Amino acid sequence: MALEKKIRELKEKREKMLLGGGEEAIEKQKAMGKNTARERIMSILDQGSFSEYDMFVEHDARDFGMDKKHLPSDGVVIGTGTVQGLPVAIFAQDFTVAGGSLGLMHSRKITKIMDHALKMRIPLIGINDSGGARIQEGVNSLAGYGEIFFRNTISSGVIPQISVILGPCAGGAVYSPALTDFVFVVENISKMFITGPEVIKTVLGEEISMEALGGARVHCEVSGNAHFFAMSEEECFSQIKKLVSFIPRNNDVKAKVHEPLPPDKKYDIEKIVPGDPTLPYDVKDVIRAVADNSDFFEIQEMYARNIVIGFGRLGGKTVGFVANQPMEMAGVLDVDSSDKAARFIRYCDAFNIPLVTLVDLPGYLPGVDQEHAGVIRHGAKVLYAYSEATVPKLTVILRKAYGGGYIAMSSRHLRADFVFAWPTAEIAVMGPEGAANIIFRKEITTATNPDEVRRQKVEEYKEKFANPYVAASRGYVDSVIEPSETRKLLLHALEVSEDKVVQMPRKKHGIPPF
Amino acid sequence: MKEPDKLNIDQTHYTTRVSRRWAERKHYTPPEPGKIYSFIPGTVVEVLVSQGDTVSAGDDIVILDAMKMKNRLKSHISGKVISINVSPGDRVPKGVMLVEIA
Repeated sequence: MALEKKIRELKEKREKMLLGGGEEAIEKQKAMGKNTARERIMSILDQGSFSEYDMFVEHDARDFGMDKKHLPSDGVVIGTGTVQGLPVAIFAQDFTVAGGSLGLMHSRKITKIMDHALKMRIPLIGINDSGGARIQEGVNSLAGYGEIFFRNTISSGVIPQISVILGPCAGGAVYSPALTDFVFVVENISKMFITGPEVIKTVLGEEISMEALGGARVHCEVSGNAHFFAMSEEECFSQIKKLVSFIPRNNDVKAKVHEPLPPDKKYDIEKIVPGDPTLPYDVKDVIRAVADNSDFFEIQEMYARNIVIGFGRLGGKTVGFVANQPMEMAGVLDVDSSDKAARFIRYCDAFNIPLVTLVDLPGYLPGVDQEHAGVIRHGAKVLYAYSEATVPKLTVILRKAYGGGYIAMSSRHLRADFVFAWPTAEIAVMGPEGAANIIFRKEITTATNPDEVRRQKVEEYKEKFANPYVAASRGYVDSVIEPSETRKLLLHALEVSEDKVVQMPRKKHGIPPF
Repeated sequence: MKEPDKLNIDQTHYTTRVSRRWAERKHYTPPEPGKIYSFIPGTVVEVLVSQGDTVSAGDDIVILDAMKMKNRLKSHISGKVISINVSPGDRVPKGVMLVEIA
């Protein structure tokens, strides 16, 4: 039968393509602890939901012997499917085919699925595992990268974009992940850099391993380029699924509402924060004490730990938590933590995710290195991001809120919708010690017993100003609340602001202090 | 367990963990305009002055080949060349003092 024969022929052709770079190359891939491109896609997507396109695409490069080279699917797998029921577009570079190198047709497949994602308004997941540009294809390969970067940028803030680095991602190629919302990396597998160790050695004479230069840990701890760290590909895939459960499919809708669950009783909100403002605690425990099911999905856990960001739910609805972490660097805002928080605030705002800010910070970090590193410009990012955000903004001042830090952390003055303060809150222009030393300098220096006078004046200042009531008397704080009321009030505030509308002046776009 | 660290902000000492980057931060040193450093790793192509020469601010002192460019390092001040620490052909990392003028 002709039909049967043709179907058999199709099946054979498919079989061939599904082998990618062949058994030997697959074995090599496995030996590195890596899955193949299609296995990775299957692991992320719901079972049986993957639909592959452009399987038979081939390059037509002719130079440098490329005319004799057959590259199955041109080294990249694209398609659509669902993750936890949410439709997504996905591509995965296939390292077993010419090292996943990016040529013109390879890039056209990627841009095709990117265009699709933007048109259909569904999230895009990109799995990067590539040696870089396909040098034989010359400038066509560069054109391919450029077309990808352009689409990453245009799609930014419209559809969620997730990058998964599961192999090398070097040279210009790293700019695609850098332009997306979230970057996932895996220990010993992910490698990202602009110039690799070889070039650094020959040009600069500096010797460094790939892992130490641009491994997963480096990008999670030092550079801040990556957002999620995993020990294996499997752990990485479950992190991706979890992230997808918190975010909406595009910027016109809200994230899916889950069943509301109470927090775990082991987090006793009355017992987490010490009364003495100089003593540390883990602010994540406060988040867990208010979030549904005590479930907090932290982002950039290892980077700029003095600020904590991540997703949780309140009454089943996704919220973005931003919290100072007194346990690390006293919870100060500095160059890195400002950058980390500002980007997350803008993400939440772009995707209709209300912001819940927990405040306990002594201010901005002093120091020559901070000033010279541009703490003015970077610190301003937080102000900018909170000010322009039009999603519901709920603020809880747990303890210290001093100086510029108070203003920056989603204060009333940046149009927070609800500002709650615990009775332990100290909302003041600066800490009592610093303030007393300035205001009462004369009395202190001219006293016969300066230390005694200083102590008195600090006490006096503390008594008068280190509390939430001065700010509450001006209406900067809407309500001074018991810690145990926090969750109830946040749930209510969210409900009230469900249909919040803010009119902003017409503009093309602002000019944030990048 | 490591002793908890202290961080002084506005004369208040907070008990907290300090980051490695903070603990290992470079302390500020005032600039020394007479010293000419390699601002980028590279290869010294030519040293255009000799010990004892009188130079003016803006004069080319060293040519450093780096990033496919022959970079001209100039003197920030006028004065006498008091030491030369490199010769043509030397590969230098970033931050090496090449020539000192006083």
